[in-house]
Amino acid sequence: MQSFLIVENLRKSYPATAAGHDLVIFDDVNFSIEKGEFVCIIGHSGCGKTTILNVLAGLETPTSGHAFIDGRELHGPSLDRGVVFQSHALMPWMSVRANIAFAVKSKWPEWSRHQVNEHVQQFIDMVHLQGSEDKKPAQLSGGMKQRVGIARAFAIQPKMLLLDEPFGALDALTRGNIQDELVAIVRKTKQTVFMITHDVDEAILLSDKIFLMSNGPQAVLAEIVDNPLSKDRTRSTMHHDQKYYELRNHLIDFLVHRSKTYSKPLN
Amino acid sequence: MRLHDRWRAGVLSVVILIVFLGLWQIATLPKTTAQVVDDEYAKLVGAAAATGQKSTFPTPLDVGHKLVLAISDPFYDKGANDKGIGIQMAWSMGRVCLGFGLAALVAIPLGFLIGMSRLVFNALDPFIQVLKPISPLAWMPLALFTLKDSSVSAIFVIFICSIWPMLINTAFGVASVRKEWIDVARTLEVSPWRKAIFVVLPAAAPTIMTGMRISIGIAWLVIVAAEMLVGGTGIGYFVWNEWNNLSIANILVAVFLIGLVGMVLDLIFARLQKAVTFRD
Repeated sequence: MQSFLIVENLRKSYPATAAGHDLVIFDDVNFSIEKGEFVCIIGHSGCGKTTILNVLAGLETPTSGHAFIDGRELHGPSLDRGVVFQSHALMPWMSVRANIAFAVKSKWPEWSRHQVNEHVQQFIDMVHLQGSEDKKPAQLSGGMKQRVGIARAFAIQPKMLLLDEPFGALDALTRGNIQDELVAIVRKTKQTVFMITHDVDEAILLSDKIFLMSNGPQAVLAEIVDNPLSKDRTRSTMHHDQKYYELRNHLIDFLVHRSKTYSKPLN
Repeated sequence: MRLHDRWRAGVLSVVILIVFLGLWQIATLPKTTAQVVDDEYAKLVGAAAATGQKSTFPTPLDVGHKLVLAISDPFYDKGANDKGIGIQMAWSMGRVCLGFGLAALVAIPLGFLIGMSRLVFNALDPFIQVLKPISPLAWMPLALFTLKDSSVSAIFVIFICSIWPMLINTAFGVASVRKEWIDVARTLEVSPWRKAIFVVLPAAAPTIMTGMRISIGIAWLVIVAAEMLVGGTGIGYFVWNEWNNLSIANILVAVFLIGLVGMVLDLIFARLQKAVTFRD
């Protein structure tokens, strides 16, 4: 059976500067993601993770290569894919409710006001923001803003969710709480997710597969690691599992040592 | 503490006003010593001036008296050269509103267009840079020649002077809408119209409103000069007419009221600006 998302020979480069050579960000990136899978991509800054995510979101075009979702080639942004931005990207002049409703009305323009409100409330409840519906983003903490961003992305019920390092700017406690919420939501909705992170533990907790990128420029997708931990792992218990340390050591070894020297995948 | 400071500032303002009025009063006191003037000059300028009994510059009390008179009956109309100050002010205000309104109708949509496209922005920039510093009054002869109507010409002059700050600020505000908000709209497949109204307009509104505030200030500055040139009606014409009547007190009344109206206009736009400003 064909995979849900297929990426083939993806390459992003910028035209030659005075020096002569094209600046290749990444090259020859191939992967596939199955429906309902949660994938995290890890790599150092400058390896092109965000560019790959933006290509999947349709916000950037690759220099060459293709991406297919549900058997159809991906062209431009679409309501098929929900995006949670690193900087939350909420409209500061809209209330929490209005921010989510804006997305909902974009997806279902024919819905009545009542239908929209009901749908919006359901997703506000999902991220536990009851009582903050009429607040403006400036009145919310960083974690609450990111929850709104997550609710907005989920509210359009996309086929796939793209998360660009959504918890990077949050403190450890808040991050842990939102991670738990995200785990619960994703397990319930069986949402397909592609997420960028810098945090190894976050990747282990959330993802079914972990993509490791070598350092840029000329980054490649060096390794795809299957997460061997049990599906119902939680943040509080997963470190008791012996496999957790093996996986964690493997990932950190890669990031500290092998990501630098990695050049081309062995075929 | 802040309230206390405000009180102190208020008291200081009143003191400055009293000192200013006092100095004015002293400077314009009637001179007691009779001046010796040339007989022929005395015949020419009239007895009062020749003997120098009183300075021709009005005292604060004279001006206050005229101000009370002007405000107590602002809307009388006794022919072309004798209308109440309220009527004249209304004429000026009407011209400013029309010229400014038309300028906003042109500048804001055009500014949107310019701000949305780097190409259009760069192509139109040299024209705007050349047209912007031209004194609006320099357009007056051309306006009179082509429009053949003095009242319409005054409105045109207001139009042309208020268009630039609004155009430039709208273009700048639209061009600098944060990319992440545009990206959100793109991923939600928002139509261009909906994006313009619900994303770009609110994001650029504070900058646009700043442009409108600058424009209304310039328009109110220019209307006085424009009406001095075209004549007929308006507060500018009133000032010029009182100059011909040598009624310095009436001119001072008009000057004070022009300042007051200008301040109110600015306050209104400051409020509007505050209303569209969002906290990030």
